[in-house]
Amino acid sequence: MNNQRNPTISKGVDSTLIWLYLLLVAIGLMSIFSVTYHEGDDVLRSFLNFKTNYSKQLIFFAASLLIGLFILLTDSKFFTATANIWYAFGILLLLLVFPFHTNVKGTESIIKLGGFNLQPAELCKVFVCLALAKYLSRVDTDFSKTSSQLMAAGIVFLPALITIAQAETGLALVFLAFFLVMFREGLPAGYLVIGFSLAVLVVATLLVERTVLVIILTCIALLAIYFGWRFTRRRRELIIIVALTWVVCVAVIWLAVPFIFTKVLQKHQVERVFSLIGRENPYANSNTVEGFEPVAKKDTDYNVRQSKIAIGSGGFAGRGFLKGTQTRFDFVPEQSTDFIFCTIGEGFGFLGCLAVLGIYVFLLLRMVNIAERQRSVFSRCYAYGVASVFFFHIAINICMTIGLAPVIGIPLPFISYGGTSLISFSTMLFILVRLDADRQMVLR
Amino acid sequence: MSVFNQSRSNIIRLIFLGLFLIIIVQLFNLQVIQGKYKQLAMNNAVFAKVKYPDRGIIYDRKNRPILNNTIMYDLVVVPNEARKTDTFGLCEILGIDTAEYKKRIIEARLKNGPYRPSIFEDLLEPQLQARLDENIYKFPGFALVERPVRVYPFNAAAHIMGYIGEADSNIIKRSNGFYHMGDYVGRNGLEAYYEKVLMGQRGVEFLLKDNKNRLVGNYEKGRYDTSAIRGRNLHTYIDIELQQLAEKLIAGKLGAVVALDPKTGGILAMASGPNYDPNSLTGPNKQKNYGRMVLDVRAPLLNRAIQGFYPPGSTYKPLGALIALDEGVITPANGIGCTGAYYGCNRVVRCTEHWQGHSANLRLSIAWSCNSFFSDVFRKTIDNPAYHSSRAGLVKWTEYMHRFGLGHRIGVDLPSEIGANVPDTTQYDKEYRRSWNSCTMVTIGIGQDKLTITPLQMANSMAIIANKGYYYIPHFVKNFENETEKDTVLRKYRQKHEVLTHIPKDVYDIVQQGMQDVVDHGTARVAQIPGINICAKTGTAENKTVLDGKVIQLKDNSMFVCFAPREDPKICVAVVVQNAGYGATWAAPIGSLMVEKYLTDSLRSERVAEVKRISEANIIPDYFERLQFKTDSVRAYKWFELTKDSNYIRKYLPRHHSVKKGNQVPAPVVVKPAKDQMINQNLYAKRSTTDKRHP
Repeated sequence: MNNQRNPTISKGVDSTLIWLYLLLVAIGLMSIFSVTYHEGDDVLRSFLNFKTNYSKQLIFFAASLLIGLFILLTDSKFFTATANIWYAFGILLLLLVFPFHTNVKGTESIIKLGGFNLQPAELCKVFVCLALAKYLSRVDTDFSKTSSQLMAAGIVFLPALITIAQAETGLALVFLAFFLVMFREGLPAGYLVIGFSLAVLVVATLLVERTVLVIILTCIALLAIYFGWRFTRRRRELIIIVALTWVVCVAVIWLAVPFIFTKVLQKHQVERVFSLIGRENPYANSNTVEGFEPVAKKDTDYNVRQSKIAIGSGGFAGRGFLKGTQTRFDFVPEQSTDFIFCTIGEGFGFLGCLAVLGIYVFLLLRMVNIAERQRSVFSRCYAYGVASVFFFHIAINICMTIGLAPVIGIPLPFISYGGTSLISFSTMLFILVRLDADRQMVLR
Repeated sequence: MSVFNQSRSNIIRLIFLGLFLIIIVQLFNLQVIQGKYKQLAMNNAVFAKVKYPDRGIIYDRKNRPILNNTIMYDLVVVPNEARKTDTFGLCEILGIDTAEYKKRIIEARLKNGPYRPSIFEDLLEPQLQARLDENIYKFPGFALVERPVRVYPFNAAAHIMGYIGEADSNIIKRSNGFYHMGDYVGRNGLEAYYEKVLMGQRGVEFLLKDNKNRLVGNYEKGRYDTSAIRGRNLHTYIDIELQQLAEKLIAGKLGAVVALDPKTGGILAMASGPNYDPNSLTGPNKQKNYGRMVLDVRAPLLNRAIQGFYPPGSTYKPLGALIALDEGVITPANGIGCTGAYYGCNRVVRCTEHWQGHSANLRLSIAWSCNSFFSDVFRKTIDNPAYHSSRAGLVKWTEYMHRFGLGHRIGVDLPSEIGANVPDTTQYDKEYRRSWNSCTMVTIGIGQDKLTITPLQMANSMAIIANKGYYYIPHFVKNFENETEKDTVLRKYRQKHEVLTHIPKDVYDIVQQGMQDVVDHGTARVAQIPGINICAKTGTAENKTVLDGKVIQLKDNSMFVCFAPREDPKICVAVVVQNAGYGATWAAPIGSLMVEKYLTDSLRSERVAEVKRISEANIIPDYFERLQFKTDSVRAYKWFELTKDSNYIRKYLPRHHSVKKGNQVPAPVVVKPAKDQMINQNLYAKRSTTDKRHP
């Protein structure tokens, strides 16, 4: 074939993904620029002096492209072969944080390397994605067996637990995204249903008085038993299943939720959750977790309120580039990292938001399509891993800026300012592109 | 294996799309449906800075500014930026302690929040301002802010000008949101009456601020800004030198002086005693001074020229004569034989003159102010056979009085004028159960009984006599800058009121002749000015007050009205000096000095001594001291009851010593300032003694 005679790195590369990537990074650079820019700045000079956020982001972008180039030049077998080694490397990096970390903005997850803040938890997603794909593509992995299920969960939860220990609950939650991969690869659907039910139960616990909730659950259980006994074949298991479910639910309500909110989560995180649903924090006095207080001790929902004001004030068509008062005068904290979406919402309004969301949806669906066209299970699992992680980041980040999710500090892929996050997202994407370019091969 | 779960890819796609749909719905809700966020963002980032216009200036008739604008400085603090300030240094300069400092910072925080400036100390003294200005770099978070303030170069016309103050919640509510917190509005006097003319128009500057409330520039390059429009200047009839003379003469007395131009109704001077320096209500001590004056029982803030009501005494007699002549119940040649009293009714009305012939005709009776004659004239007016009943006669008389501008507010351009009282049939019906006759009210004929009028009304009634029947409503403001069709406020002052022009000119001539005789050889000979024919009437009105449950007969009110020159009246003056004695001793010289000052623009050298004698005299009745003590004690006791803080009482008790002999005051209570209870008992002891003495 023509390709064989003239082998280039562009062979088989999915250019759509690359274009979407470049477009999103450009939007990100522009947004960071509009946050940092002050009237009268010499734009060209400040872009090149590498002191402002946007010029730093430009360097990170260049670095990402360089890494991407290397990845595209690598043989795709390299990733299957070294997946487990990378995973081990990632865990090691995470562990290295404990002796060498620096305190930055209330997290213990950052290692300072010169002027660059390395956040291994962010980087680790790439490695987990590879390792999980590697494990799932093994011939003897069978998701109907409990041992396989436990192993896969272990691969995901190990780095997640270490991340929680570094007071980065937000980043740890991202690892939950990998369950989508497992679901695709045959994890019984019951887990998804149970997981969803648990989530509903926890939210209900926060919203409703727990005695009332228990009474409601008891009523539902009794009704289920009554009707089950009456209208189906009389089986003893039915009663046992219902009773067990009831016990588990009550345990979650009475024990698990208070435990998580007093012993696991930090005070400010609990506050964020309760400010989201607009209630007083009932565990305020019993929280024993020693963590970092938020840097500026403003009222808990200050960030979200300002963020909503910023996005809401954009209206339908936006206030125009560099015209937004909310973002330009620092009313929204963390606005070039976690709350970057405000800049788009304020400057370009509902239409701008729709456009950005459209690009993201297109990107995600493209990834799913790419995943489905792989012959190799490894490539498919990896592609789903990437798509899930991206989806989790995008959805949670935007939801927290518009007040639909509690504020957990996770960045918006390719748009938020931040070296580690841009580089790790780029790496994930380029590995995907590399694997996809060799989609005819079957990798093990 | 891969083939088996292919359908699940669609579930994953659905999950993706579902969540994005939720996000889009929420975005649509925030950005398109809820409109409030735009306003919230504006509130966050845009600061509407109000630019206050300069208030208009008030000029006198020769274009000298009676009041003017100047700049004073407030010390302003932004609590959050003041953390590193040199607290001790600042406290030392301001002369406060650190506890007070903390208290004020907390107040500022509560008032405007930690990031907005609040006033720490207002209206700094010039030296203090200079010292702070030098050292302000040591006090981050503090700043000196300009504030326009009124000054009064002539230290005069306090009662006329009024004062300005911050708009209170009542004013803001009544103005339908026109005024805001912190705005200055005229609170009294011309400042209040001509508020709309003087205030000008506020401007607004929209500024951008950042999250720390620091101002960072203009919003939209100032496209929505409006500039402030200066208030319009007033030009008045006031002659500031005449005003100063009037205030000098009435100082240290209770009373009022009003001088007006009968041709235009323009008020040339209006003074009320005791008076105060208008500058004392603008400077750094304005709160203190205001508080002191409000608590003073002599009421220096009261403008007695429009708010004091007095029985007119003999100054009513020219009016009585005019009414009787117009009704035809007397002729100018009629007289009665008075021998020192009027015996026509069951009671005796005394007359100050005894000699035969002082009441031989109208002219003489006015000149010598014969009580018997005017009692008789009044009874004839009421019992006028033309009306068949004294009820109808009184109705007719009341109508005349109203035409003279008495018994109702005359409509001067000052707020809170009172109407005083012209008694009518209803009032007598109520008091005498409908059984009264002309003898019941015979002393109205000599300006007593229930008849009261204000000094301004007195002056205006003279203007009607001087003008032979017409008047303009007395007012201060001649015109103001850029007056347009829409400014209706001055319209009523330019309207001629021909109330009594139906009385023939020669009738006025007769009365005027009598009034001229008063000065030429009658009761007010002290008022003579060579070369000027003055028409005048003195008055001496009885009055009494109730103190400690006992009626005290006070010295008579000394009154004087006049106009001059008779041929071409240019000035009318009314003078009241409370509790001073005969009209001729105090009020007449004051009136005459006013006329001389106005008509000849100066005073003869021999009159300077008289100015000195009058201005230095202190004719405030003794009982005021007792009244002040009583009022203060009652107030102190109320405060004590409210706060249980004995300091309020202690502050007033030692004032026993200053009370003069002759007053019914119990012996000073010796107070041991030891226990609160003790003081409480003493207070009760004092009160019971008082009660015993005056049951």
